[in-house]
Amino acid sequence: MTSEVTHTNPNYNYDVVRLFTLATIFWGVVGFAAGVFIALQMAFPELNIEPYLNFGRLRPVHTSAVIFAFGGNALFATSYYVVQRTCHARLWGGNLPLFTFFGYQLVIVMAALGYVLGVTQGKEYAEPEWYVDLWLTIVWVAYLAVYMGTLITRKEKHIYVANWFYLSFIITVAVLHLGNNISIPVDLLGAKSYSAPAGVQSAMIQWWYGHNAVGFFLTAGFLGMMYYFIPKRAERPVYSYRLSILHFWSLIFIYIWAGPHHLHYTALPDWAQTLGMTFSIILWMPSWGGMINGMMTLSGAWNKLREDPVIRFMIIGVAFYGMSTFEGPLMSIKAVNSLSHYTDWTIGHVHSGALGWVGFITFGALYYLVPKLWGREEVYSLKLVNLHLWVATLGIVLYIAAMWVSGIMQGLMWRSYDEMGFLQYSFVESVMAMHPFYVIRALGGVLYLSGALIMVYNFWRTIRGDARVN
Amino acid sequence: MSDEQRKKEIDEVTGVETTGHEWDGLKELNNPAPRWWLWVFYICIIWSIGYWVVYPSWPTLSGNTAGRFGWSSAQKLKEEQAKIADRQKVYLDRFEKASFDEIMNDEELYAFAMAGGAAAFKDNCATCHGSGGSGAKGYPNLNDDDWLWGGSIEDIYQTIMYGIRSGHDEERVSAMPAFGKDELLTRDEIAAVTNYVMSLSGEAEDEAGLGQGRTIFQDNCASCHGENGQGGRDFGAPNLSDDIWLYGGDRETIYETVYNARAGVMPTWEARLDNNTIRQLAVYVHQLGGGEEETVNVEQQQPDAGTDGVDTNAEPVEQPVDAIPGAADVIDAVNDSIQETQE
Ligand code: HEC
Ligand code: HEC
Ligand code: HEM
Ligand code: HEM
Repeated sequence: MTSEVTHTNPNYNYDVVRLFTLATIFWGVVGFAAGVFIALQMAFPELNIEPYLNFGRLRPVHTSAVIFAFGGNALFATSYYVVQRTCHARLWGGNLPLFTFFGYQLVIVMAALGYVLGVTQGKEYAEPEWYVDLWLTIVWVAYLAVYMGTLITRKEKHIYVANWFYLSFIITVAVLHLGNNISIPVDLLGAKSYSAPAGVQSAMIQWWYGHNAVGFFLTAGFLGMMYYFIPKRAERPVYSYRLSILHFWSLIFIYIWAGPHHLHYTALPDWAQTLGMTFSIILWMPSWGGMINGMMTLSGAWNKLREDPVIRFMIIGVAFYGMSTFEGPLMSIKAVNSLSHYTDWTIGHVHSGALGWVGFITFGALYYLVPKLWGREEVYSLKLVNLHLWVATLGIVLYIAAMWVSGIMQGLMWRSYDEMGFLQYSFVESVMAMHPFYVIRALGGVLYLSGALIMVYNFWRTIRGDARVN
Repeated sequence: MSDEQRKKEIDEVTGVETTGHEWDGLKELNNPAPRWWLWVFYICIIWSIGYWVVYPSWPTLSGNTAGRFGWSSAQKLKEEQAKIADRQKVYLDRFEKASFDEIMNDEELYAFAMAGGAAAFKDNCATCHGSGGSGAKGYPNLNDDDWLWGGSIEDIYQTIMYGIRSGHDEERVSAMPAFGKDELLTRDEIAAVTNYVMSLSGEAEDEAGLGQGRTIFQDNCASCHGENGQGGRDFGAPNLSDDIWLYGGDRETIYETVYNARAGVMPTWEARLDNNTIRQLAVYVHQLGGGEEETVNVEQQQPDAGTDGVDTNAEPVEQPVDAIPGAADVIDAVNDSIQETQE
């Protein structure tokens, strides 16, 4: 704790928030570009550049860059900002926050370098090998310490709802990370390790991790973001305190059980599949609680939706959140999953959550945050914000519509038999039929990436302090 | 800023009370959770409890609750497979007992064999032989009447069942010597016989040394490829006098074939496909274009002048995969890459 913090005017640590904000923007562009590139590789396999830049190695580069680098840095930046402002206290731990910044960037670089060189544990969203895992553990403990330290030294009596969500995200991700990465290195100078659990146990732990990475990294953390930036930007009180309590506790208790819906019709015992499916259904309303609270916060101020493209970003984000958390429980029903599993439908679902929810709520928060952090009244151009919004929305629509059609077509082709009882299509025929949709998806990605570049330009002008237009 | 000093106030816009807390200017309204939200939440829970009763769900000390009707996914799979099996069964009982002759003369059985063969071919054979069996370098075209090992249904059946150089006890096998690598012929001799082989299909530009080439051929090659290079099915030795090539008819490729030999491998399918499927495949491949009535002896084969251009002028055979545009291209690309890795 720095002593010059006073009750009325704490000396907030914005330096580290600025660093994380810049990192978010940087990794966002890198991650989207990687997404566009792998999307093009799926449409045009000639683009595989062997061995370092082939699809197999670049896919985890994309997923890690967007989830952990773009999403992760956004969560660091906003959580450090929000926790200070709503606790009325400077970030705890002196230079520890700065350590988390450099430490976390090192995690990202080590992970990405490993993928390109072919170093991987082969567990989705947990690809980095043991040496990166250990380092991330240290960084994450520091993050938890900074966050808890700030909460403990707060000047407000109560803890604001956004902080419950951020804290549950930090703690759960720590538990998930440790639980899913128990492995034994082959030797201390080599990268390779072997997972301690094997077979179906290993798969169950992996998807307990994978699903809760969605639940706590991509959902709880970003709900924390929503609970600060929407009411702040709309200048309205949060719609319902009681709803926030109810959906917070139900969300975090129920998410933990839903992982088996990733392993329907596999070697996983039937009883576990049943539980995974039913808890996913029960998860529907707890998820929608967040959507309701976000949207209804605008009640009495709906005009803002028309006037302010930043609010529009965040509300469309919340709408996508609602859509993907309706689609998710639907897909977890076994009969539906028997069609959607292994198909592009899953990819469409992922990206309506990722591009629509995670992306848009983050863009909204950034458009609020950047002018504040650099002492500007407002972003350089709200017109460009609006342009970003529509270009990106069009990109998402192309992306997910293409994946729905392609996914359902794929699922139907795989299961269709002719009247004599023979499979009607071979696998490769379904791959060929997907080609046009892969092209459309890549186009959607190009639009989404272009939107992000418009944002970069806007921020560059904002930070430089250029006179605002419009 | 402590809570005690703060009074609950009424939000002007909505007329709803706040909780009285404030953080960085943020307040919360004291709205109740929406009714419909709670109701749908309860309904989902009740529905789930019902589902737990019906299906296997909670773990117990001795396993797990089995559900009311003993449902299991393994059982469900069996039932669904049985449904498909029933569709096939209508034909399969007769198909199993019928000879190839009977199948070819029975419209229904023939249609059944063709449908099953086409499905199995796309999934198992197209990777090497191309969509519709059009072949690729090292992988014979199955549409033409140029057979390495024989083009009757029985021959084809045997090839598929046991494979070629597959390691199976009943495999079709023969080994063309690696004349260069094993130093059976000098480089000059190989060049000469290469030139001679090209002359068989009218391709040799170099008339000089044909005599030497012919002598080498008669001494080293004719035992398998036949005196006139018309091929020998006992050894799976290709006809060298037409312009259909398995590996290639240009000077360099022939030279390489003779120098290193090739020994292509066709896997055995005995352990991977059931007998009925293999029979369906035999019928399907047979009708692709080049099926022969019965096993033809080497002697019966007339060495033709080799300018018939069967391959290049062949009528395009209907390719089932072409139902989807671009199909052939993709499979060709797959074949190319297989070839590259083999080279
Ligand atoms: C791994 C690649 C591969 C696969 C898969 C494969 N084949 Fe072959 N097949 C070959 C090769 C190579 C040859 C030629 C071998 C030689 O050089 O004699 C061949 C030869 C044949 C022949 C003999 C052609 C002749 O002229 O006598 C038939 C018939 C045949 N394959 C049918 C099939 C069928 C039917 C399937 C699917 C069940 C299949 N093949 C799958 C590689 C393959
Ligand atoms: C033991 C029998 C045998 C002998 C002897 C033999 N070959 Fe072959 N040859 C084969 C077989 C079998 C193949 C094809 C299959 C394979 O190897 O994949 C073949 C393939 C070829 C091919 C490739 C044809 C194509 O369509 O691409 C050429 C050319 C060839 N032989 C030339 C020769 C010449 C020249 C000689 C003598 C110097 C010779 N062979 C001796 C068995 C023989
Ligand atoms: C320009 C935007 C983007 C494009 C073009 C894009 C493209 C892709 C492609 C082509 C894949 C591989 C799909 C497959 O294997 O079939 C993929 C996977 C994935 N992407 Fe993206 N992506 C983009 C943005 C994002 C963002 C912003 C996120 C998250 C915040 C994200 C998260 C993921 C995840 C989690 C997967 C793995 C999905 C799975 O395994 O089911 N993507 N993306
Ligand atoms: C109630 C909420 C949700 C439920 C019940 C749910 C359910 C599901 C289901 C059933 C699958 C398909 C599993 C399979 O067949 O392989 C899936 C995949 C996925 N979902 Fe969701 N989903 C929800 C919300 C979200 C949200 C909001 C996001 C993103 C922000 C998201 C991200 C993903 C990802 C990344 C995958 C792909 C995992 C993989 O295979 O790599 N989900 N989800």
